[in-house]
Amino acid sequence: MTDTTTPTDQPLQAPRNKPLTPGQAMRRRALRHKGLMFGAVVMLIVLCVAIFAPLLTQYDPYQQSLLARMKPPVFLGGTSEHWLGTDGLGRDFWARLAYGARISLMIGILAAVISGIIGSTLGILAGYFGGKVDMVVTFLINVRLAMPVVLVALAVVALFGGSLVVVVSVLGLLLWDRFAVVLRSATMQVREQEYVAAAEVLGASLPRILFKDILPNVMNHLIVIFTLEMAHAIILEAALSFLGLGVQPPTPSWGLMISEGKDMLLFEPWLITIPGVALFFLVLAINMLGDGLRDVTAPEGRN
Amino acid sequence: MAVYILKRFGLALLVALTVSFISFSLLFMAGDPAVAIAGENATSEDIALVNARYGFDRPMIVQYGDWLGSAVTGDLGRSWYFDMSVTELIADRLTVTMKLGLFAITLALAVAIPLGVAAAANPNSIIDRFALFLSVVGQAIPSFWFGLILIVIFSIKMRLLPASGNETWQHFVLPTVVLGYYATPAIMRLTRAGMMEVLSSDYIRTARAKGLRTRKVMFKHALRNAIIPVVSLAAVQMGFMLGGSIVVETVFALHGAGYLAWESIARNDLPTMQALILIFSTFYILFTFLADVLNAWLDPRLRVG
Repeated sequence: MTDTTTPTDQPLQAPRNKPLTPGQAMRRRALRHKGLMFGAVVMLIVLCVAIFAPLLTQYDPYQQSLLARMKPPVFLGGTSEHWLGTDGLGRDFWARLAYGARISLMIGILAAVISGIIGSTLGILAGYFGGKVDMVVTFLINVRLAMPVVLVALAVVALFGGSLVVVVSVLGLLLWDRFAVVLRSATMQVREQEYVAAAEVLGASLPRILFKDILPNVMNHLIVIFTLEMAHAIILEAALSFLGLGVQPPTPSWGLMISEGKDMLLFEPWLITIPGVALFFLVLAINMLGDGLRDVTAPEGRN
Repeated sequence: MAVYILKRFGLALLVALTVSFISFSLLFMAGDPAVAIAGENATSEDIALVNARYGFDRPMIVQYGDWLGSAVTGDLGRSWYFDMSVTELIADRLTVTMKLGLFAITLALAVAIPLGVAAAANPNSIIDRFALFLSVVGQAIPSFWFGLILIVIFSIKMRLLPASGNETWQHFVLPTVVLGYYATPAIMRLTRAGMMEVLSSDYIRTARAKGLRTRKVMFKHALRNAIIPVVSLAAVQMGFMLGGSIVVETVFALHGAGYLAWESIARNDLPTMQALILIFSTFYILFTFLADVLNAWLDPRLRVG
C-alpha cells in the first residue's frame, strides 16, 4: 500500500495517515532534543572509556615511574608516549583518567541506586497512603534536609575509613530527599486516577497496586531524579576525595587527581585542569540527559 | 498567622532535636572515643582514667541528654585538638563564615535577579539563552575546582588577589565568587519562572493597557510579586551555603567555621565535629523557618489564611 500523499520530507516508514504511537512520538522528540542527544553521547563515551579502559591504554594507573615524572601532555609540548602526560609520581595521566571514570560512574550509579530505593519507597508510600504515613515521611525529609551533607559525609568517612563501600553507602543514605519529595507528589497525582480506584475496587493487593499501577506511572520522574542524583553523587565524591576524606590514594579518582595536582598548581596547572574538565563534562552530560528526559517524557514540558 | 508560626516553630524544634540525636549517635557508633583519646598503646587503666573524666562508658542516651543539656545552655564542651571551649572556638570562626555567606548571597542576588528579569522579559532571546546556559554550566562546575582555577588565574597569573587567608577584604573576593556562583542558578531560574508567570497575568495586562511604561510595569507591578518565592529561596540558599563553605573555605584556607569543620574532622576532634553538625543544621532550620515566616508575611493570601 503506497501512500501517494506522503511529502518527501516525511520518512517512508512512518506514513502520514497513521498516528504515531506514544512511544514513537517520544523517541522522535528525544532524537530532536539537542541537549538530550549531547548528554547521551557524552555519557556513552565516558561509559565506553570506563569499561574498555584496559584496552585504551597500555599503562597501569598505579605504576609509578620516577624517571617519567610530570611529563606534559602532547598539546603542551609532550611526547606521544604519554599523550596526557604523567603526574608527580610518574603515573600515566590518561590511564588514571580512564580508570578514574570507573570510580566516578560506579559511585554515581550505586549511590543513586541506594538513595533511589530509599527515597522512592518513602515517597510512594507517603503519596499513596497520605495521612499519618505522609506526616512521618515529610518529617523524615525535613530532618534529612537539615543535615549538612558534606559535613556528615566527611565525618562518617573520617570515622569509618575512606573505602569505596563507605563512600557509596554514606552518599546513598544522604541523597534520597529529592526522590522522596518528587515521587511523593507524583504518586499523589497518580493515586487520584481512575485506574487506581478500579484496581482497588477489583480487590488488587497492595503490592500489585504499588508496583503495577503506581510505579510505572511515576517511572519517568524516578529516572530523571536518578540522573540528577547520580551527577550530585559524582560531584560530592570528587569533593570528598579532594578534601582527603573520600576514596583513598592511590585509587585513581578524579577528585583525588585534582587534590594531588593542587600542590603543583603554580607550575603545572594542567594537572588540575584535565580531571576538572573531565568531571565538568561528565556532570554536565548527566544533567543534560536528565533535563532532556524530563522534557521528552513529561507532556507539560514539551515546548 | 500566629498559629501557623507556632506550629512551624514546633516542627523546626522537633527537626533540630532529631538531627542532633542522629548526628550524636552516628559519631557514637564510630568507635570508642576513650580509645581514641588515650591513644593506640593505652593500657586499660589509661582508658578507665579517660572514661572517669569524660564518662564515655555511660549509656549513649545518658551522654546525649548530658550533651544536649549543656548545649542548650551554650556549653558545647571542650575541643580535644584546640584545647579550648568549643563555643568560643566556633563563635570566633562563625563570624568569618557569616561574612562570607552574606557577601555570597548578595552577589548571587545581584547577578541572578536582573538576569532572571531580563530573561523573562525577553523569552528565547540571546539573554534568555545565556542565562539558561549559565545555569546549566554553573551546576556542573565542581566548586573546589572552580576555586582552584580562580586561584590560578587571579592569584598566580595576574597577581591581583591573595590565594589564601582572611586578613583583608581582598581575601574574601574569590571565595565570595565561588560560593555565590553556586547559589546563582537556582535563584535565577526561580526569578525567571516567577516573572514569566506574573507577566502573563491579568493585572499586568491591565497595567499595560492603561499605558504605563514598561519599566514601571516590570519593577513596580511584576517584580514585587515574583520576588516573594525568591526571598524564601535566598534564605534556604543561605542554609545550604554553610555546607558549601566547608569546601570553599578549605580551598582558600579561609579560617571560618567551614574550615574548622574540615580541621576538626581531619584531626578526629569529636566534640567540635558534633557541635558543628548541630550548629550547621540549626542554622539551616532557622533559615528555612525564617523563610516560611517571611513568605507568610509577604504573601497576603497566607497572611490572612
